[in-house]
Amino acid sequence: MQVSRNKQVLTVSKAKRIETFRRLLRLIFSQYPAWLVVSFVAIVISALASVAGSLFIQRLIDHYIMPLMRASHPNFQPLLLAILVMAAIFYAGVLATILYTQIMATMGQRIQKSIRDQMFTRMESLRLQYFDQNDYGNVMSRYTNDIDTLTQLITQSLPQFIVALFNVTFALVAMVSLSPILTIVSLLIFATSITVVRWLTSRSSKYFRAQQASLGTLNAFIEEMLNGQKVIKVFSHEREVKDQFDGVNGALRQDAQYANGYATMLFPIMGNLGNLLYVLIAIIGGAIAVGHSSLLTLGTIAAFLQLSRSFSQPIAQISQQLNAIIQAMAGAGRIFQLLDEQPEEDDGTVTLVKKGPQQAEWYWRVDDDPTHDIAVKGHIQFNHVNFTYPGSDAGLHDITFEADAGAKVALVGQTGAGKTTITNMLNRFYDIDSGEILYDGLNIQTIKKADLRRSLAIVLQDNHLFSGSIADNIRYGKPEATDAEVHGAARLANADHFIDDLPDGYETQVTGDGSDLSSGQRQMLAIARAAIVDPPVMILDEATSNIDTRTEQLVQAGMDNLMANRTTLAIAHRLSTIFNADLILVVGGGRIIEQGTHDELLAKRGTYYELYTGQKGDD
Amino acid sequence: MIRTLLKSVREYRKQTITTPILVVIEAAIETLIPFLMAMIIDRGINAGNMTIVIRVGVLLLIMAVLSLMMGAGASWISSIAAAGFAKNLRQDLFYHIQTFSFQNLDQFPTSSLVTRLTTDITNLQTAFQMAIRIAFRAPSMLIFSIIMAFTVSSEMASLFVVAIPILAIGLWLIVRYSRPLFRQVFQRYDQLNRVVRENLRGIRVVKTYGQQAAEISKFKAASGSIFKTFSKAQRIVALNMPVMQFVINTTMLLLSWYGAHLIVGNQLQVGQLVSLFSYSMSILFSLNMLSMIFSQLSVAQASAERVIAVMQTKPSITDDDQALTTVTNGEVVFEHVSMQYPGTHTPQLKDVNLRIKSGSMVGIIGETGSAKSTLVELIPRLYDVSEGRVLVAGHDVRDYDLKALRDNVAMVLQNTMLFSGTIAENLRWGNADATDEQLQTAAKMAQADEFVQSLPQKYDTYIEQNGQNISGGQRQRLTIARALLKQPQILILDDSTSATDTRTDAAIRAAFKTQLPNVTKLMITQRVTSVQEADEIIVMQAGQVAAVGTHAELLATNGWYKQLADSQEKQGGDAHAGLTQ
Repeated sequence: MQVSRNKQVLTVSKAKRIETFRRLLRLIFSQYPAWLVVSFVAIVISALASVAGSLFIQRLIDHYIMPLMRASHPNFQPLLLAILVMAAIFYAGVLATILYTQIMATMGQRIQKSIRDQMFTRMESLRLQYFDQNDYGNVMSRYTNDIDTLTQLITQSLPQFIVALFNVTFALVAMVSLSPILTIVSLLIFATSITVVRWLTSRSSKYFRAQQASLGTLNAFIEEMLNGQKVIKVFSHEREVKDQFDGVNGALRQDAQYANGYATMLFPIMGNLGNLLYVLIAIIGGAIAVGHSSLLTLGTIAAFLQLSRSFSQPIAQISQQLNAIIQAMAGAGRIFQLLDEQPEEDDGTVTLVKKGPQQAEWYWRVDDDPTHDIAVKGHIQFNHVNFTYPGSDAGLHDITFEADAGAKVALVGQTGAGKTTITNMLNRFYDIDSGEILYDGLNIQTIKKADLRRSLAIVLQDNHLFSGSIADNIRYGKPEATDAEVHGAARLANADHFIDDLPDGYETQVTGDGSDLSSGQRQMLAIARAAIVDPPVMILDEATSNIDTRTEQLVQAGMDNLMANRTTLAIAHRLSTIFNADLILVVGGGRIIEQGTHDELLAKRGTYYELYTGQKGDD
Repeated sequence: MIRTLLKSVREYRKQTITTPILVVIEAAIETLIPFLMAMIIDRGINAGNMTIVIRVGVLLLIMAVLSLMMGAGASWISSIAAAGFAKNLRQDLFYHIQTFSFQNLDQFPTSSLVTRLTTDITNLQTAFQMAIRIAFRAPSMLIFSIIMAFTVSSEMASLFVVAIPILAIGLWLIVRYSRPLFRQVFQRYDQLNRVVRENLRGIRVVKTYGQQAAEISKFKAASGSIFKTFSKAQRIVALNMPVMQFVINTTMLLLSWYGAHLIVGNQLQVGQLVSLFSYSMSILFSLNMLSMIFSQLSVAQASAERVIAVMQTKPSITDDDQALTTVTNGEVVFEHVSMQYPGTHTPQLKDVNLRIKSGSMVGIIGETGSAKSTLVELIPRLYDVSEGRVLVAGHDVRDYDLKALRDNVAMVLQNTMLFSGTIAENLRWGNADATDEQLQTAAKMAQADEFVQSLPQKYDTYIEQNGQNISGGQRQRLTIARALLKQPQILILDDSTSATDTRTDAAIRAAFKTQLPNVTKLMITQRVTSVQEADEIIVMQAGQVAAVGTHAELLATNGWYKQLADSQEKQGGDAHAGLTQ
């Protein structure tokens, strides 16, 4: 998985990269156009100051030092003036640099924050499908790695790229004005440099891709082996695993060596080509100056030597930044991909309103018309519901059943039979393809999603907790709940005993997804969280895994408390739930195979009978 | 710390030493170039002497080419050294983890070990390459350039005595003020990542309770606090460039002013002034490079500490050279065994005494947390006892060669881990040389053959990572078959049929009884029906053996056991499994 994903990212087409780049520029420009213009001007001033410095050397030697040497009474007054003028130019350049680097640093962070916030806001609005289909690590890395490279691009690579571009251009203009012949020599070296750079970067990026892939393979291998480390120990399989590891590790070493070899060679080669240019200018310039001193002055050669430096260094920089830009484009592409995800649609108009002294009476309000409110009772009806998971064969076929208000429905069947899928239809985590689902006689598609979901509590097998205190977690769905309500809900869920035993009671902080708590305790908190909202309908996954008998009893008692006086769809794991259910749905292959009460189904001698007795019906 | 890491250089020692040598030579050549250039200008061009221009020019060309080769060579060789060092270090770390006992493994979460083996070592690879290349180059350039500047003109070079400390202080201040901010940023990142992770994992809860707006404001608070700190840090770091520019420009102006005076006074020549411009650039850039190296190496330091923490964890169970290599039978004896996990206050097992006859079938039953697993894990020495001793075939388990012991004590763990590969490859973990017939025999005994045969590719069916493409019960049966292929003296099943229906469970037990009469069979279970016909049943309670006896004996003497048997019977044991799977 990991490997293929990396490949996918790295082979993004050039056209796509350009499109991403355009969009990124638009994003940057649209947010702070004034600041960008200011920093652009500052960059130009800074580059001009730097070229002026090199040209100054020529003036210094030809116009001041040489005449002064010949003068019998040297007057340093004009030189002092020139140096002061130069100082003014230099410090203006320094100020311009301060200006644009500060603007870029702040703006990069602002853009970073704004993109992050946009991403998260968009993510919160996405359909559940997105979360089920995307690997969490992959999504996480957009908030970290991808944004980091993007910020790096905005604060460093882009400005440096522009500065380098200006430096090269100005240096070239200055060189041509000083000496066209030496400029031609410089351009020859320049062409060589470009060729070398292109070759090196194409080699290194090829191996960097290979390195990413090898790293992905290694990562997957290590992950799998360390997860199975105890099995490896039990089978004394260390030798074999080490051998396999050596193969994967060796491949990574080779790719890393080539990738870094070519990449790190870039700078010394560029630097030394600069040296070569430096020497060539001295020789050729020297030869011309000795022969025809009128063509080339000493100062010109000296200035040229300096200019050749400010010519070759930016080229190395540009080539390096180009790589960084390409890498950042991949990250930016992934960020835009998330921003472009279609949010969950909501055409519902029916809202949920609460009335009465304790806000305890719930009503559906149709068309904002308070005179015809419908009391929320919890009557649920599925009529010929069909559904297919996007991109898969699995789904539901012709699901039809009816649960009266307050009824207990037990869903029974193998893992993967479609029990959870049925519950996903009711809270519209996924939308049905055909058929209809009625809630108190209203088609659930007409109800606002947020309100529909608020009227349905869920308690899952693996319940997620948020960082914050225990009390915060219990009142998650009802932030305004009083302490008394929190305690009441905890009591109902049987969670009060263990909470009282915690060092800070209800104020104990939950960290790391509640890993300090046992799975049974987490389940009790989830029950309390549902209880405090007190909705008319409940979706409950009864599975209790990895908990001891005593806690299991507490959790189950909590579940029973929660089910009382509520329509409940339970993914049943307890026989008592199944026996006492008003309706049992035997689910298999996305269909309801049988439905009825325990006694009715036993009498049928069908699938349920088979499951219950462990015998074929006709035995 | 560095010494521990350097042990991983090994066969790349040559490259590791060659790189700095090349780099120092390259730096020396590079610093000589401006000096010779001054000669061309002063004695050649200015004096109108073409011979000197050409002679020194050719020398310079050779030097430039040499320096290019040295520089490129150093880069290439340093990459070999760094990639090799990283490979060895990764290998050392991975091999070291392979020596870890269960107890060591419990200390480090898998995800943290993965990060150490990948990200942290990649950081160290970069740092290593930097250390042998740039960390030699920058100071060499600095020192050589200062020496050359003083050689050219000690009066002019005294300017650097002022410029260097000013720049050094400036760079130091930038690092000093930005570093703590960056550290804060990393902490705030954790906060932001936590909100994202919680929303990814808990999205169902968020949506159910309609808390998107609250979550978004939580996120914005986190990203806002990153913005505040990070932009402050970045603004400080952004001062680096103007500070450099300021010092370089000022130095250049001062060089021009004093240089002009010295030249007019005949104490300096024009070419020498030009070379001093070059040296001033080299010196100041090298200083900047040094400050970069320091901040980069400090990033690597954290990684180094994390790698070394694993390296220095001593495996708590090691082999003895004099160890026994044969296990003669399947007798297991516990003598006054106590066991306490390090760092905990209460012992897991307290004074356990047991004698299990070779070839018998023994059931172990008890509540969660009664230390059933701990008890059996002592037999293949997955953990060591704290007190007393465990004997296998009459010898203390600590006297055996670990591999020999574990080959003879096959344990099926609760965690039904399979590895990516075919079913056959997974089964051959038990015995790499097993024939296809042997595979099938073992699978039949574990009641796995039937479903394997129903798969399109049978034994060559590929198991996805962690066996996602087969059910929990099927996975359990494959892990049993895998253990059987070892042909052990002792077979331990740790609740290994929990996801298997009772009929299959019974079939497995029946097969064991008839086909493995001489193998000692220990089975942890939650179901009374699974141990009913065992030769002996051990009832565990809070780390102690509460009772030992046959089913009939325990029904009569042990209240807890009788209660459990009754309640499971009432629930209709079999139906329970079938309906709620």
